Amino acid sequence: MSQQAGWRSLPKAGVTFRLSTDYKTGDWRALKPVIDYNKCTKCMLCWLFCPDMAIVWDGENVVVNYDYCKGCGICANECPVKAISMVPEF
Amino acid sequence: MTVNGDEAVAYAVKQSLVDVVAAYPITPQTIIVEKFSEFVADGEVKTEFVPVESEHSAMSACVGAAAAGARAFTATSSQGLALMVEILYIASALRLPIVMAVVNRALSAPINIHNDHSDAYLMRDSGWIQLFAENVQEAYDTTIQAFKIAEDERVLLPVAVNLDGFFLSHTLENIYMLPDEVVHEFLGGYRKVSKVKVDYFDEEVPLALNPARPLSFGNLDLYDYYFEHKVQQVEAMKSVPEVVREVNEEWFKLTGRRYGDGILDPFEVEDADVVLVGMGSGVGTMRSVVRRLRKEGLKVGLVKLRMFRPFPFKEVVEVLKNAKVVAVMEKGVSPGSYGPLFLEVNTALYDLKSRPALVNYVYGLGGRDLVPDLVEGMIRGLFKELEKGVFEPKLRYLGVRE
Ligand code: SF4
Ligand code: SF4
Repeated sequence: MSQQAGWRSLPKAGVTFRLSTDYKTGDWRALKPVIDYNKCTKCMLCWLFCPDMAIVWDGENVVVNYDYCKGCGICANECPVKAISMVPEF
Repeated sequence: MTVNGDEAVAYAVKQSLVDVVAAYPITPQTIIVEKFSEFVADGEVKTEFVPVESEHSAMSACVGAAAAGARAFTATSSQGLALMVEILYIASALRLPIVMAVVNRALSAPINIHNDHSDAYLMRDSGWIQLFAENVQEAYDTTIQAFKIAEDERVLLPVAVNLDGFFLSHTLENIYMLPDEVVHEFLGGYRKVSKVKVDYFDEEVPLALNPARPLSFGNLDLYDYYFEHKVQQVEAMKSVPEVVREVNEEWFKLTGRRYGDGILDPFEVEDADVVLVGMGSGVGTMRSVVRRLRKEGLKVGLVKLRMFRPFPFKEVVEVLKNAKVVAVMEKGVSPGSYGPLFLEVNTALYDLKSRPALVNYVYGLGGRDLVPDLVEGMIRGLFKELEKGVFEPKLRYLGVRE
């Protein structure tokens, strides 16, 4: 959200004027999930449970898309082998 | 045709090619919905009628319909309007040209079904255009005009047409109606949806919900854009007076009837020392008294305000600047302050170098009559005070028992 439109150029009526994927909501996060691939069994439960679809399959592994991850910790909680730890963002 | 105010509104809506009417009956608005549902049941209109379970839903259904590009109408009163408040703000912010008849009635408690303007003042800051009718004819005329004003490309805001409960809603009057085709032509047929440019479509797209061109309205808008969207609404209000004036003139050409310049209607104010300012049906009573006192040579005048939102500051200053005292006649209170109309007039006049004295008369709460003798006594009293030059207190009640 670097270049922000002024009221004259914004489409009226509160119409969503960008794709929702352009709205990077990951900056709300205080804790971020970090996956330990030595432990990960690729069971995909974290992918299934992430409410933000922020865990994606890159062809080989589950990876976190930090642009949208809110840091809720559900993935860490659901991981059966405790491969995900929540670490402070800053 | 002889109709009461509610029926007049129902006929106006019938002629206005409205796609969706969603409403919940509440006294004294009930007749509008009853009459309109008869039209629907008898197959006289093609309108989709949505009998909802509450006013909150009535306005929500209108929001959905209007967002899909339909011309939508609803009507309410008092507590019903109060229940709608949450959605009123959504309708205006999403720039949906919904028209709503507000049959003005007092707010509880104590419960009262009769007229005052408490409900209209309740929606004051909701971003709706607010027009007031003086009589049944004007209620009919204004309802049709409201669609044209709301849907104007420069405006795109919802309009509330206010008519006084029982005084207008249930009182029979002979009124002139236009033939259906003339109304259709005046409004340019069914609603035309305006267009919008968003950067994920190559071309401008209709500003309406459509699965083929998906848009979504009013999504999350935090500190980064909410402010800009509010400013858009405020700025849109600025073009309303011009549009109201144009529509008033066009109506005049069509019917021979107009209401001042559409915004306010002055009566005998040019040389008047004492000027009354009011809205709604009470203005008729005030005018008859002013006319009578003029015959005696008393320099008294009257300004009927037809548009309360946006408030016509410039026009009010222009018409009141030469008065010595202005009596703001108000059917509402704001406990802990002056009446809402008084505050607006006060603000308008503040910038004048020499200002008229201002007094606030609250009258007619809960449907109490404004009898001509009361107005006459009030005006005579103001002329006496004018000799002394003292106007205290500022907030006064007309017709309340001590
Ligand atoms: S922390 Fe929450 S939002 Fe982030 S990846 Fe895990 S489940 Fe998804
Ligand atoms: S839940 Fe744990 S083990 Fe399963 S894929 Fe995710 S990180 Fe790997």
